[in-house]
Amino acid sequence: MIDNIKRDHSRFRSIVKGKIKQDLKKYVTHGEMIGRKGKDLVSIPLPQIEIPRFRFGEREQGGVGQGDGKPGDPLAQGDPQPGEGEAGNQAGNHTLEVDLTLQELAEILGEQLELPKIEPRGHNTLKSKTDKYTGIASQGPSSLRHFKRTFRETLRRQISSGIYNPDKPVIIPIRRDMRYRSWKTDVRHENNAVIIYMMDVSGSMGDEQKEIVRTEAFWIDTWLRSQYKGIETRYIIHDATAREVDEDTFFKTRESGGTLISSAYKLCEKMIETDYPPSDWNIYPFHFSDGDNWSGEDTRLCLDILEKNLLRVCNVFCYGQVESRYGSGQFYKDLREHFGNQHQSVILSKIENKEGILQSIKDFLGKGK
Amino acid sequence: MSSSEFMNSQLTPELAKVRDQIKKYAEGYGLDCFETIFEMVDHEQINSLAALGGFPVRYPHWRFGMDYDQLSKGYAWGLQKIYEMVINTNPSYAYLMKSNNLVDQKTVISHVYGHVDFFKNNYWFSKTNRKMLDTMANHAVKIRDHMERYGQDRVENFIDQCLAIETLIDPHLPFLNPKRRESEDHPEASAEPGRIKTDRQYMDQYMNPPEFMAEQRKKLESQAQKSRKNPPEPQKDVLKFLLDYAPLEQWEHDVLSIVRDEAYYFAPQAQTKIMNEGWASYWHSKIMTEKALKDSEVIDFADHHAGTMAMQPGQINPYKVGVELFRDIEDRWNRGKFGKDYEQCDDMVAKAKWNTQASLGRQKIFEVRRVCNDVTFIDEYLTEEFVERFKLYTYSFNRRTNQYEIADRDFKKVKEKLLFQLTNRGQPFVYVTDGNFQNKGELLLWHKHQGLDLDTRWSRETMRALCDVWKRPINVETEVDGQKKLFNYQNGEFTEKFV
Repeated sequence: MIDNIKRDHSRFRSIVKGKIKQDLKKYVTHGEMIGRKGKDLVSIPLPQIEIPRFRFGEREQGGVGQGDGKPGDPLAQGDPQPGEGEAGNQAGNHTLEVDLTLQELAEILGEQLELPKIEPRGHNTLKSKTDKYTGIASQGPSSLRHFKRTFRETLRRQISSGIYNPDKPVIIPIRRDMRYRSWKTDVRHENNAVIIYMMDVSGSMGDEQKEIVRTEAFWIDTWLRSQYKGIETRYIIHDATAREVDEDTFFKTRESGGTLISSAYKLCEKMIETDYPPSDWNIYPFHFSDGDNWSGEDTRLCLDILEKNLLRVCNVFCYGQVESRYGSGQFYKDLREHFGNQHQSVILSKIENKEGILQSIKDFLGKGK
Repeated sequence: MSSSEFMNSQLTPELAKVRDQIKKYAEGYGLDCFETIFEMVDHEQINSLAALGGFPVRYPHWRFGMDYDQLSKGYAWGLQKIYEMVINTNPSYAYLMKSNNLVDQKTVISHVYGHVDFFKNNYWFSKTNRKMLDTMANHAVKIRDHMERYGQDRVENFIDQCLAIETLIDPHLPFLNPKRRESEDHPEASAEPGRIKTDRQYMDQYMNPPEFMAEQRKKLESQAQKSRKNPPEPQKDVLKFLLDYAPLEQWEHDVLSIVRDEAYYFAPQAQTKIMNEGWASYWHSKIMTEKALKDSEVIDFADHHAGTMAMQPGQINPYKVGVELFRDIEDRWNRGKFGKDYEQCDDMVAKAKWNTQASLGRQKIFEVRRVCNDVTFIDEYLTEEFVERFKLYTYSFNRRTNQYEIADRDFKKVKEKLLFQLTNRGQPFVYVTDGNFQNKGELLLWHKHQGLDLDTRWSRETMRALCDVWKRPINVETEVDGQKKLFNYQNGEFTEKFV
């Protein structure tokens, strides 16, 4: 029974993910269930597949409810939609939900955009050790005592030696019966990666632009995490000067003033130098800006840093230009002029609006580097 | 199902004692149950069972997985928990959640006996297949065989289509007299009906006036035409019609008839939801408070009971409405608050204090549980006082403010709305009226319009499914915004036109 339902369950999930039976996809609706995690309410926004039926227009129907209020009062939040309101043991028209893990999200993203798996640069030099408590030993510290096994041993001994009395089941372990958990050490070779996000926060970058960067950063993060075991992220914001910030500040700061992109690149360069030796790390710098730089001279300086240093150590350098009303977009042009469209390790992408995000992600990650 | 499918599924000796005790109490009150077999299951098992509609063996289908997903997640997040499941078979099987505490188990066992009594004695269940456990398992075997032979996707897709139309059955069909239906199909064919025989030629034109005879002939002709029409009368059991006349392959025929069988099996549960839960709740509360409860258990019981009975604002809880209605009926018949004298009494004070010591309550609720379904239950016994006491209202969607609003607290409106939602399970009445529409072998359905329009988008999708079964164009006669319309679906295209 359990096996059968597991099979039905995984089939359902495959349909929801669009892997099989694509014609059902148009019936997938996205409900949610409000759960509680500690003090917080969490919503798990998730899909359900509706089987078509002859039915009445949903809003026309109305229904019967119970409680206070006078005619004309709106129903409170969380009130029933027609068809709901069932309690009890018979499954009815429940709102449905499927938990998608980030791993699964990444898979879907990968499938949708046809992203290739990333070929890590092959330095299997990083080792990680994990201890797993998988074994059983007859010696050990009492903090690792395995009660169930010990009990079983004792029971076995007592039964075989005829001491056990079913009417008075007293189990007394002796030293020989004691069982302890023991561990094994797993050594794994891993590829590590670091993402360095840089963002222009000068006056011309508005909330909408930041929203785009944030969304894109999330998906890039999700995808790269699915490809590498240990991933680090660092954040740099810059206007005329650059500084490292935490994630929260990265998306929320709004500064004003001029823009010196080179300041960010310099900081990035320094960060790599001190923390991420390229022999051990896969390095992904992403830079988002509206394309306004202070001067042509600074742009030349940027190109210089890229050419001489950053490009040598990074897997790929990504520049995303978010369209804004105030930006000139010059930097994109400069980069393209210098590196061309098909450069091995420089990827340029223009993001005009929110709809452009998917295409941009594909630009960045589509090469499998 | 053999009980060996569950590990350690039997009741513990302690619970077995409790069960015997409660069974005795239940019988003492006059409950009349099938033999009931209790199994202890863990949460994963009970969620699986619930997703499968109570049956451990069902054919493979994703929707069971969908229900399981929701149930197991609800359990994991602590949002819902199933205490018990019971299925309508003889003997009945009831599943108890292992983790329930003793008071919960007592309550639940009492509740189960309420359900089983209802299954056994309620008229609307009288035609259900009590060997459904075996039948479901046979269905599963059959469908698995077909899947192996024709491919899982192909068979499952066809199941999907059948499920889209599984509501197009006639729950009253099992109760019709088959002989009567047969005879209606074949009206007697006499040469000239209504002709009065006479030997006197000259009287003939007076005794059988030509106009009258012409009229009779016309009537006969139209009747003959009607009998050539298939079906002769609008038929609510669309699935039966499809089984009889759709060009189905053998395996498709199997699938469709399996879906139909199961739909008929579950139909009475949907027809008696309020009553069934109400009846079981009435009895668990009665048995617990009057007999089985120990002093130390009162708080736990009250807690559990309050939980199941809770009315959330804006929602109707079938357990609560059902149990309160039964109690209301019992009280009214105990005090003689029924009949002509009571109905015609104008004095509100006298009405409120009415008591003739009739003491017919217990007898009456047993009668109600025997003959009613939810529709007749509400229609007959929902009173104005009840609606007021439980603050029931109707709500509707306000297009102007874009939200649901309380519409009315008027007794008649509330009752009407409730009845509407319960009648045909709140679904549109759809009949098949012609299996050879326009003489082109197209299928014509008729939506009996009762004030609410069909949702066009879902109609289209349902017609797509129907088209896969009928394999020819599908038509639906309906009304939209007061105008008669004909929906048509063929070659993947949906059109609608006024008629």
